Amino acid sequence: MPISPEEVFETVKMTLHDHFDIRTVTLGINLKDCVDRDLDWLVRQAQARIVEKGQLLNHCADVLEQKYGIPITNRRIAVTPVSLLLEPLPRKPITAVKFAKALDAAAKKADIDFLGGFGAMVQKGMTAADENLIDSIPEALSETQRVCGFLNLATTAAGINMNAVVKVGHIIQDLAHKSENGIGCAKLAVFANVPEDNPFMAGAHHGIGEPDYSLNIGISGPGVVRNVVAQNPDCDLTQLSEVIKRTVFKITRAGELIGRELAGLMKIDFGIVDISLAPTTSTGDSVAEIIEAMGVGRIGVPGSTAALALLIDAVKKGGAMASGNVGGLSGTFIPISEDAGMIRAVRSGTLSLDKLEALTSVCSVGLDMFAVPGDTPPEVISAIIADELSIGVMNNKTTGVRIIPVPGAKPGGIVHFGGLLGSAPVMKVSTKFTSSKFIQRRGRFPSPILALRN
Amino acid sequence: MSDEKASQICIVTVTGRDRVGIVARLATVMAKANINIVDINQKIMEEYFVMTMAVDIGRSEADIGQIRKRLDQVGRQMALKITIQDENIFKAMHRV
Repeated sequence: MPISPEEVFETVKMTLHDHFDIRTVTLGINLKDCVDRDLDWLVRQAQARIVEKGQLLNHCADVLEQKYGIPITNRRIAVTPVSLLLEPLPRKPITAVKFAKALDAAAKKADIDFLGGFGAMVQKGMTAADENLIDSIPEALSETQRVCGFLNLATTAAGINMNAVVKVGHIIQDLAHKSENGIGCAKLAVFANVPEDNPFMAGAHHGIGEPDYSLNIGISGPGVVRNVVAQNPDCDLTQLSEVIKRTVFKITRAGELIGRELAGLMKIDFGIVDISLAPTTSTGDSVAEIIEAMGVGRIGVPGSTAALALLIDAVKKGGAMASGNVGGLSGTFIPISEDAGMIRAVRSGTLSLDKLEALTSVCSVGLDMFAVPGDTPPEVISAIIADELSIGVMNNKTTGVRIIPVPGAKPGGIVHFGGLLGSAPVMKVSTKFTSSKFIQRRGRFPSPILALRN
Repeated sequence: MSDEKASQICIVTVTGRDRVGIVARLATVMAKANINIVDINQKIMEEYFVMTMAVDIGRSEADIGQIRKRLDQVGRQMALKITIQDENIFKAMHRV
């Protein structure tokens, strides 16, 4: 059956008016075979591969952008978790910092805006190389522009590594104070149940179960979904879910087509389509506004969690029908600073940190891109992380935290990060009573009974 | 058979205000680039005038990026929004 003008127009309208784009194509690169006792050798091998493949990625993405007329907004690279590469090298933070700078230089040369993978899997314990990498994070991420870090601190199978959670509270504080407005912290995400094929920064890395190369794609269309919801103001929730499913099916198919073709052009394996709804700072490209179009007065008020749950469920159903390779995070992103509707809700007082935490229990990514006062004590940061990761561990899902303590900032103020990172109202954190004693008990938070599934 | 192999169907869409000469201008761009027009439709959808045109650029000396540039120029001169996309994107999105 030929494509009708109505169908053509629907697609064209998505890109012209509703900000539909391929949000990111992320090339995973295995660097395990570059491991050596000579740092310079490791650097040379890694840089050569990143530059060559990064340039190829940009070239092929440009070709497909022309062919399909859909913007491929970000082209990124994710590498093997760097702590693994540092295992045979001297356990001095300067080694890790030097390698971070080498990655930064290679990304710049390849014209890749962000490169992920400067991190470690430490859910159960830390090797000496893991600890060394974590100690280097404040310097490594504040002295580079393009390198992103991740730490997996918990899994449902292993529980939560509370020793690492305590350490990371201090690392985040330190990183915040080494960078302007704490912006370095935007490049560090900590997780429970981190996916190994997530194409979105800052958490992207090329997991150890991945092939030499893998092309993962993140689609995005909050604007498209918002419009279709707005066009159906009176239907019941069953019908609304159907409408969202159908729309997400279409945008996922576009992502799948472009991802497969891009991998084919690059002669590498196609990995996954991440169907997450990812907002941007552009007007109309907001997840909060989808929730509001569903009939919630403003995100954060009672009803928000239910609406978000319905939304993400419909997104998953539509996406799973469209592609056999759905993976990554595939949830709904509700970063504060990158979503105009989220910013509005915090500023008007309808969205608190507590409600944000509740919202993350039904949506994949966790507490994302939110600012807190710079003098928030490290043990309070650790406690926020422990709360969020326990939601992931107990519900067998991914959760993460990307918290930005802004030096000198007070609750109610607003801090501008600029560009893709947007701006964030500083949120109030309760510090009169803290859980420092609980956090300082350390040890391993046991894995839940639901981990025993065999 | 060789013609079939070389075929690359793209969909051109024009949105904006209807006026005299749109089809003529586009047909000229296509003919100059050795592009065959396979099908044309036009309609008023929502409040937009929409024209869709299926074209085969397989035997053109210009690639899709160059054709897009020429169409953009026509779009600017006639105050229209013109897009060109490979038809596979529509098949992927609208056919199960």
